[in-house]
Amino acid sequence: MAPLLMAEGVTKRFGGLLAVNNLDFSLDQGAIVSVIGPNGAGKTTFFNCVAGFYRVDEGRILFDGRPIHALRRDHIAHLGVSRTYQSIRLFANMTAMENLLVGQHHHLSSSWIGAVLGLPSVRAEEEMANQEARRLLRFIGLQGRGDTLASSLPYGDQRRLEVARALATKPRLLLLDEPTAGMNPVERQQMTDFVRRLRDELGITILLIEHAMRVVMGISERITVLHYGEKIAEGTPTEIQSDPRVIEAYLGRGSQAQAVGQAAVAELAPVPPVPSPGPPTA
Amino acid sequence: MTAVAMASAGQRGAWTGALRIGLIGSAVALYVCLNGIVPIFHARPLIRDTISLGQTALVLTFLGAGYLATRRAPPGAAKALAAAALAGATSGVSLSVLLLVGRLAGIDVRAVFIQASPVLYEVLTLGTGEAGFWIPIAVGAIIGTAAGAMSLLPRRFAYPLLAGLLSVLIVGLFASLLRTPMLGGPLHELARLLFAAEGITRVGAVIAFAAAVLFGVFWPQAHLRRRAAELPHAQRRRLIIPLIGLSLLFFLVLPQVLGPFFAHVVAFVALYILMGFGLNITLGLAGLLDLGFVAFFAVGAYTVGLFTSLSELGLFTDSQCLALWDGFAVCPQSFWFAVPLAILLAMAFGAFLGLPILGIRGDYLAIATLGFGEIIRILAGSDLLLPWLGGPQGVINIPKPIDAPPGTPLAGATQIYYIGLVCAAVIWFVAIRLRDSRLGRAWIAIREDEDVAEALGVSLVQTKLLAYMLGAAFAGLGGAVFAGLIGSVFYTDINLFVSINVVALIIVGGMGSFPGVVVGAIFLIGLPELFREFAEYRFLFYGMALIAMMIYRPGGLLPSKIAQRELHVPDAVAPTDPGMVPVGERGA
Repeated sequence: MAPLLMAEGVTKRFGGLLAVNNLDFSLDQGAIVSVIGPNGAGKTTFFNCVAGFYRVDEGRILFDGRPIHALRRDHIAHLGVSRTYQSIRLFANMTAMENLLVGQHHHLSSSWIGAVLGLPSVRAEEEMANQEARRLLRFIGLQGRGDTLASSLPYGDQRRLEVARALATKPRLLLLDEPTAGMNPVERQQMTDFVRRLRDELGITILLIEHAMRVVMGISERITVLHYGEKIAEGTPTEIQSDPRVIEAYLGRGSQAQAVGQAAVAELAPVPPVPSPGPPTA
Repeated sequence: MTAVAMASAGQRGAWTGALRIGLIGSAVALYVCLNGIVPIFHARPLIRDTISLGQTALVLTFLGAGYLATRRAPPGAAKALAAAALAGATSGVSLSVLLLVGRLAGIDVRAVFIQASPVLYEVLTLGTGEAGFWIPIAVGAIIGTAAGAMSLLPRRFAYPLLAGLLSVLIVGLFASLLRTPMLGGPLHELARLLFAAEGITRVGAVIAFAAAVLFGVFWPQAHLRRRAAELPHAQRRRLIIPLIGLSLLFFLVLPQVLGPFFAHVVAFVALYILMGFGLNITLGLAGLLDLGFVAFFAVGAYTVGLFTSLSELGLFTDSQCLALWDGFAVCPQSFWFAVPLAILLAMAFGAFLGLPILGIRGDYLAIATLGFGEIIRILAGSDLLLPWLGGPQGVINIPKPIDAPPGTPLAGATQIYYIGLVCAAVIWFVAIRLRDSRLGRAWIAIREDEDVAEALGVSLVQTKLLAYMLGAAFAGLGGAVFAGLIGSVFYTDINLFVSINVVALIIVGGMGSFPGVVVGAIFLIGLPELFREFAEYRFLFYGMALIAMMIYRPGGLLPSKIAQRELHVPDAVAPTDPGMVPVGERGA
């Protein structure tokens, strides 16, 4: 089976800075894959290239076999790529419902003339869209809070609402940029389970950037490690934990650092997900 | 520090507070004197032989100083009154100094401030001559004390009193508007009793005051509101229908009663409401600051002008009516034919001007659109388009849409009043439908975060172009109504101030709010038109209103649904300004 997302030799420069350097990457349908790396490694830049926020300088990105690196953001969204942001970017002055309705924008077809005339077809479509939005609210546990302004929701709810807004576009690939940033351990665990549900229940392929190692190790099937824009390792969580280059990237060179690193990585062994399907083979 | 010492320090603070308010009042009083408001409007009486508008400005200043001082005074009625008197008296100090310098010392203040005229000195001394230099201080103290006394009264008495004073002020200001229709009719004698040639008579003032006081005392407003709120939903809806009917009747009859001048003013307001609705789409919903809005207004006005004008610039004559079948003909010269065309052309212009500036954001967009507006203005007056648009001569002799001889109910501006109101009502409906549609949501999303909206699949090209085009359509309709109202189109009508006016009325009314546009148009367009006497000071009041607005009600007079929702978040603890609360700080 051809990979859902494939990057070939992707390079992105900002002036003299090489943010992403000759990156090859592929992602299979139905997988959960993480991209990790120290700050400034080029993770978010890579996301921005995939979602059409940046134009790649070299290389190409294929989604489902189609090159998307030259497409506009809305076209990429139409093809089935949706994303969330490192810092929450909800439409703050719109309600939770309206955020979800905007997400459905391109699945609705009513024209403005139809809306002005109040055609029955437009009304029916709006009703459908509202139902879908309410369904998504239930899915993220925000039923009954649809009329709340997005900016008035608690932080964790805002994070999930942002994911739900991305889901409203009916994506095949979901890019999550640090979904658990700023969360406490309990919220992190909830978000981890939530992301797993997205794949298991909705069949959405997930690519995420994450700093919280417990989350990364607990959820990812494969991990790609970036450092200074280059891919330095790729593999299963177990392989990554014992990869000396990864430890070096995070902690630096030297025997002492090596020892500290191995201890730290050992401590970061994945926590069993809830509900637990049994301890992972670490 | 002991408690007593602290208390006395607090009191000292309160006295310096009253003094500070007095000094501000002093500056305001001096300003309204030297910029000419007091001397010029001394010629216009509010109440005949009693008080002029110029004096009213000073009285209001003293009242304000007294009231503000009372609010910050230490507890106790006597102290509050003393603080009010102090603030009022201090407010008068600058005027006394002006009198000392300009009158007694004989220094020629007029060389710098040309409004420091003998008339002004006479107003300030109440006509007592040189010896009266102390009068502003005394009057200030008295009026300040009165304001303090009023604010000490229990609400039950203070509110009707305030209503009475306000009523005298409003009736006095609008006197000529109310008087003109009464003259020559069965109410002629009553009009002569209540109104002077300018302003009102003393009898009129007493009646206006008494009526408002009685109204304030006996009006069972709270009681009625409570009863209305208790009614079930269906019954409340049934109440609304006769209310709408009544207001419709009110608007139908209004110009017939108040005369053509009033109709002209309201037609002008309706015209700006149309344009306000249009810009409310581009600016209020989609967040695109378009300062060249006048371009679309110009397209609408010139289209209607050229199609319907009877002058040699007009494109058609009566004989060119196209007979389609028996008794039915299409006349290109008809206003009704020209208006839809004007709207379509304005939309086309919206798309044409919108395309090159799609990628420009924020402040840069404002500058780019400003340029477009200027280009259109200069083109309209240029020699290049002289053969078609008439250049400085303009398009003249545009007939009224309906051929009604003078004296009939639809004559002159009155028909434009009706047309304008109907258009505004229809456009309101259309605008609200648009706002609540898929397109409206996309507009708001673009305003909130354009990048995110696009990443969710909203096409920026399509959505922004539609915002420009539909906004332009409304402005084109506004221009069409303008051509019908004024009967001519000159390139000088196409100026930056049209755009600025529309932006200002949206900001004053409340960004993104459609009722706000109506209120903003009434305040910024209607009132200045009614008070032609104040024309010179129009932009002074304008600027003051905008500054006050930004400080005290940044959301506008009638904030949009979104802003209102912010105030009614289900959490009872929701602060009034959610922007101040960091994301995530507020618990569920």
